[in-house]
Amino acid sequence: MTVEHDDDPRFSDYAHPERLVGAQWLQANLGREGLVVVESDEDVLLYETGHIPGAVKVDWHTELNDPVQRDYVDGAGFADLLSRKGIARDDTVVIYGDKNNWWAAYALWVFTLFGHDDVRLLDGGRDLWVASGRPLTTERTERPATDYPVVERHDDEIRAYRDDVLAHLGSPLVDVRSPEEYRGERTTAPAYPEEGALRAGHIPTARNVPWARAAAEDGTFRSRAELDAIYRQEAGIGEADAVIAYCRIGERSSHTWFVLRHLLGQRDVRNYDGSWTEWGSAVRVPIATGAEPGEAAAR
Amino acid sequence: MTEPLPSQLAEIRDDFLALEQPDRLQLLLEFSNELPALPDRYAEHPDLLERVEECQSPVFLFVEVDDDTVHVHATAPREAPTTRGFASIIVQGLDGLSADQVLAVPADFPSTIGLTAAVSPLRIRGMTAMLARAKRQVVERRTARA
Repeated sequence: MTVEHDDDPRFSDYAHPERLVGAQWLQANLGREGLVVVESDEDVLLYETGHIPGAVKVDWHTELNDPVQRDYVDGAGFADLLSRKGIARDDTVVIYGDKNNWWAAYALWVFTLFGHDDVRLLDGGRDLWVASGRPLTTERTERPATDYPVVERHDDEIRAYRDDVLAHLGSPLVDVRSPEEYRGERTTAPAYPEEGALRAGHIPTARNVPWARAAAEDGTFRSRAELDAIYRQEAGIGEADAVIAYCRIGERSSHTWFVLRHLLGQRDVRNYDGSWTEWGSAVRVPIATGAEPGEAAAR
Repeated sequence: MTEPLPSQLAEIRDDFLALEQPDRLQLLLEFSNELPALPDRYAEHPDLLERVEECQSPVFLFVEVDDDTVHVHATAPREAPTTRGFASIIVQGLDGLSADQVLAVPADFPSTIGLTAAVSPLRIRGMTAMLARAKRQVVERRTARA
């Protein structure tokens, strides 16, 4: 059973306004049957300091990743996780988190790999909720366990592997990292830990559109017109283009994936989660440095 | 031959290891809440504090060596409780030790206290970086006095 959409007119210009809810809508709908609120943060302890009443926590590091292989959990793992969290297959899931919903968008993308149908983001994320003085609690959320079905993960449509990116060269690629990482001056975001890429730079032909440009100062998404100006005019992404977005480990590019897929309505957009930590260490893949996108080498 | 771990560090490690995984996060949160405010002399001089660049959230660290006794001061925002918790472990674990004792702390101490699975190996690197910076500052203070 899904819950009706937030029909706030400020979402109406987006291609899929049903993928967003505002804080006011969420507060009014807390506790509704069929609605589960999920917090997913960069900081693994933030939820414990206070969360939206009734929200459950899903940590991408420790819960959405396979503990051994560099991959996401499989169908059985996802079913086990969601059953424990008390989420049913037909529930409406609203995800929110810190840092402009950066990790929340990542969680949403992983839910999408498993075809969870109705999954939305809270516009403005945790920070706007807190800043507007809405309720938080440290009370433990108890939800009865569900029997979430084991669904096979479908990577083809929205996830790109290294070989897919090689085959894609020449079509639009969006590098959503900082300009310093793009130009090859460093391999990690400013102020972030080294994550082990051996070379710096970007995938040739990729355009640099740092992910946070899609967010306004208050953490909400920019308007449709502003997003069109950034991604269509400036980055030159046509409506019919197939696009791949990447960053360092695939989390920032999930945010851009959400923008392209759900706010601009791009039909074919994939997230390359191997991203720079794979590409920047892979043997004999082409790399460009400097501010220019560079050429796709003839193969 | 390895030096035995100073008792205050061993105690922190044993406290974490005695708990089940979810409770380890709770203990980290307690550490986070215990991070003392900076003494006034640093609160008014943020320039003296060194930013730990490897951490995801702004955390600043400053080490004093007073008559061979090490004092560690750190600050991190409330919105970054994990980082605060790490800083608090470093402060409580190192404060009051001698300079030699601090320098002898194994660089991988943060990976040995049972938090790696609870917070992820990637995140634990933030604490490893804080420990490395604290040790480097101890060396710098000693060199400055020699």
